[in-house]
Amino acid sequence: MGITVNGTDVDLPDDPRVSLLDLLREKLHLSGTKKGCDQGACGACTVLVDGQRILSCLALAVQYEGRSVTTIEGVGADGALHPLQQAFIEHDGFQCGYCTPGQICSAIGMIEELRRGVPSHITGDLHATSIPYSRDELRERMSGNLCRCGAHNGIIDAIAETYRANPQPEAAE
Amino acid sequence: MSIVDKGKEAAQGIAQSVMKKAVELAPGALLPGGRPDPLIRRQHGHIGKPVSRVDGPLKVRGAAPFAAEIALDGMVYAALAYSTIAKGRIVTLDTGAAEAAPGVVLVMTHRNAPRLNPPPRFLSGDKAAAGDDSPVMQDDRVRWNGEPIALVLAETQEQADHARSLIRVTYAEEPAATSLPTADGCEVGTFMGEPLRAVVGDADAAFAAAPHKVEAVYTTPGHNHNALEPHGATLVWRGDELFIHDATQAVAHTAWSMAQIFDLEEAQVHVSSPFVGGGFGAKGLWQHQILAAAAARLAGRPVRIALSREGVYRIVGGRSPTEQRVALGADADGRLTAIIHRGVTPKTRHSPMPEPFILPTQSAYAAKTFALEVQTCYLDMVANTFMRAPGEAVGTVALECAMDELAEQLGMDPVELRILNEPEKDPLSGRPFSSRNIVAAYRAGAQRFGWERRNPVPRSRREGDWLVGMGCATATYPYHRMPGGAARITLDAAGHARIDVAAHEMGMGTATTHTQVAADRLGLPLEAVTVRYGDSSLPGVILAGGSQQTASVGLSVMMAHQELVGELLKLAGNDSPLAGLGADEVECADAGLRKLDEPGRFESYASILARSGRSELVVEGSAPMPLETMHWSMHSHGAMFCEVRVNAITGETRVSRFLGSFDCGRILNPKTAASQFRGGIIMGLGLALMEETQFDGRNGRIMNRNLSDYHLPVHLDVPEIEVIWTDIPDPHAPMGARGIGEIGITGTGAAVANAIHNATGRRVREFPITLDKLL
Ligand code: FES
Ligand code: FES
Repeated sequence: MGITVNGTDVDLPDDPRVSLLDLLREKLHLSGTKKGCDQGACGACTVLVDGQRILSCLALAVQYEGRSVTTIEGVGADGALHPLQQAFIEHDGFQCGYCTPGQICSAIGMIEELRRGVPSHITGDLHATSIPYSRDELRERMSGNLCRCGAHNGIIDAIAETYRANPQPEAAE
Repeated sequence: MSIVDKGKEAAQGIAQSVMKKAVELAPGALLPGGRPDPLIRRQHGHIGKPVSRVDGPLKVRGAAPFAAEIALDGMVYAALAYSTIAKGRIVTLDTGAAEAAPGVVLVMTHRNAPRLNPPPRFLSGDKAAAGDDSPVMQDDRVRWNGEPIALVLAETQEQADHARSLIRVTYAEEPAATSLPTADGCEVGTFMGEPLRAVVGDADAAFAAAPHKVEAVYTTPGHNHNALEPHGATLVWRGDELFIHDATQAVAHTAWSMAQIFDLEEAQVHVSSPFVGGGFGAKGLWQHQILAAAAARLAGRPVRIALSREGVYRIVGGRSPTEQRVALGADADGRLTAIIHRGVTPKTRHSPMPEPFILPTQSAYAAKTFALEVQTCYLDMVANTFMRAPGEAVGTVALECAMDELAEQLGMDPVELRILNEPEKDPLSGRPFSSRNIVAAYRAGAQRFGWERRNPVPRSRREGDWLVGMGCATATYPYHRMPGGAARITLDAAGHARIDVAAHEMGMGTATTHTQVAADRLGLPLEAVTVRYGDSSLPGVILAGGSQQTASVGLSVMMAHQELVGELLKLAGNDSPLAGLGADEVECADAGLRKLDEPGRFESYASILARSGRSELVVEGSAPMPLETMHWSMHSHGAMFCEVRVNAITGETRVSRFLGSFDCGRILNPKTAASQFRGGIIMGLGLALMEETQFDGRNGRIMNRNLSDYHLPVHLDVPEIEVIWTDIPDPHAPMGARGIGEIGITGTGAAVANAIHNATGRRVREFPITLDKLL
């Protein structure tokens, strides 16, 4: 059994040292997922595994046998962008674009965490079943995704607008 | 550059005859008596519209190709081993195990590296690109802690990294200069050939005699750019030609410099860099491209070199620390009588410049006397280099905190103190300002921010555990335009124009903005213009640095456009409604040329080309020497306002509000401009509160060489930042626009520090202002 990446089955690498990130970038040529630190500190390599956001630089590819990985290439296509991608463009939620795929994948995973009622560091009531979509919640939950260009305001605007308009869970992607 | 811009002497140093010739060559727009760029008057075009980025759809899909993502057949991967001493000799270097490791193709050290010429140090020539001119793996010397001592090529990155770990080295260490007390000499620093020193009158005497005065020492640490994309390149030799997919702010400079290093003709090196994942001054020519090219030649294979985050810290320079003493003397009314700004900063003997922190003080305020000086001391460390607003970013920290301290002592509002000391002309050079509307920026910013609600008494507003305060500071950055700008316009029979220019995109929105500008210049819709950039085969020597790219490209396209109009009129000939008209009688509109005062006399580009049987028209233009900065003192400004909340128990500072009110000439695209302003401000928040390259003074090694220990502002650290601007065009800048990429980081650090003082009553002069300093 291999790994499913954006709906396609791919083989596990022979070399167990290959990270999920390097499998994507170097073997599958899915270079939309970025490497900013290779140490789990920047979020540029964020992908979704069975809908949850993970840092693919800290994941060995062989550990993900049988799992379903969604990268930025699986989020939207040319001419059929995900609403969040469109909102990033409208709100100028990027400059160089290097952190952007990670921000977008992270936001998609983050919104599901919020919808499930997973509390964050700044959530006041840890037992609340629903958590308000406040700007601060979004900012806190996106803080693992660095942006050196300083597109933070546009990123949060884009996320807030996309999910304020559509606060319900999405159909499976 | 600002050194060109340094004084009357420099301007007069240019012989009259040269000036005359230059006046003939230069567009009237930018010189005395000239007409401003006609686009400044155009109000209803694409300029000034918040156009979304043309490359946005690519970037949000992760489909914009970066340098370390290009796949080449037969490519091998590089890994570097770095020295662990600051100075000395390599005694033994055992590469046997590495060479025998699986997948290894080559281990390169000083013993087998090809002979290479030293890299041309940036600023040492028109196209010199290197941040460091040390020999590259040519001998057994070690010059800094972190210098590459070996390079491994292997079939996979994992194999290369593993083999690199098997290299064993011993050194004969020598005493190294790794802290200011052990420095290998100090002297007055120079920047672009000019001493970083200015003296007007006797500032020390004036300071001693002043009825009001402040004097303090401010320190700033080293900073690292930390562009999110680590440096990388993918390159291949094809015969004697070298093709580099690079991440660079200087494609033409890199091609020329690599040719010098490898004894090639410039035309044998091809550098392509369409997308750069952030630069901020760091994406230039460093050892990794050179080593990878040398190894690729030895191995006969294409090479990918992707620096690890640690690798970036080891071989790419950052901003140097500074220790600055500012002394301000003022008369009873608050008018400055003495400005003293002196200090010290370390540098290597191989880097292009010391951190020039007195630059902002040269034109900030009127004063009768000045004493400015940068002492530079030589250390054995990784090269220091340009980082966003070199000089101004940290110089404004000292100057603008001192102004706040003076305002407090005088009992004056800090905004009013600054306005009172506005100079009428450049205080050092005596030249007139091209356009300076900082007072308007302050007034608009203060009103919008609610500055009148600030209580001037420190520590007077408390909300629960939080002390709340406001501060302000001036942002400033000069207008630059470097020589070498050129551009090509290709107009085809369908009325589509392509602009070719060797410019760069690292987040500024280059293609977007210049599509707008060129569309207005040519009278075309946006869809009819394409901008091709990011390749050394395109015209121009255009650095994405000094916030000058827009001016350089804009003027180059303007010159090419003049050629185009001339050529079109020639082609139009006698059968055209335009027959007999000269270039200054027509304008470009509706995809054609029309007579200025008789719009009925019009012919479309398509029609002109069709009638003359041409499928396309190609013209090139070159920007003249940047003489405008010899006639005018040209600077952008901003009024920065900050509100902080400081926790009275933990000392934690949160920036709750920030507003930047800018005077940068005309804003070409409000959407991308706002992002650049905010990006600079956010880097300034980092400078104020958390960023610090921790340098071990015992061994010259950077300790926090990763993104966990070097703290950058993250989403929760960044409030909603408001940016506004005067939008007053500078009549002496192309399109009326001065640069905007760097100014945001200037003034921000001081605005935060001044707000912290207002909140807490504490003056912290040692940056960054971490919570321990507020306890
Ligand atoms: S590359 Fe994975 S967190 Fe930085
Ligand atoms: S857009 Fe450049 S790092 Fe975020």
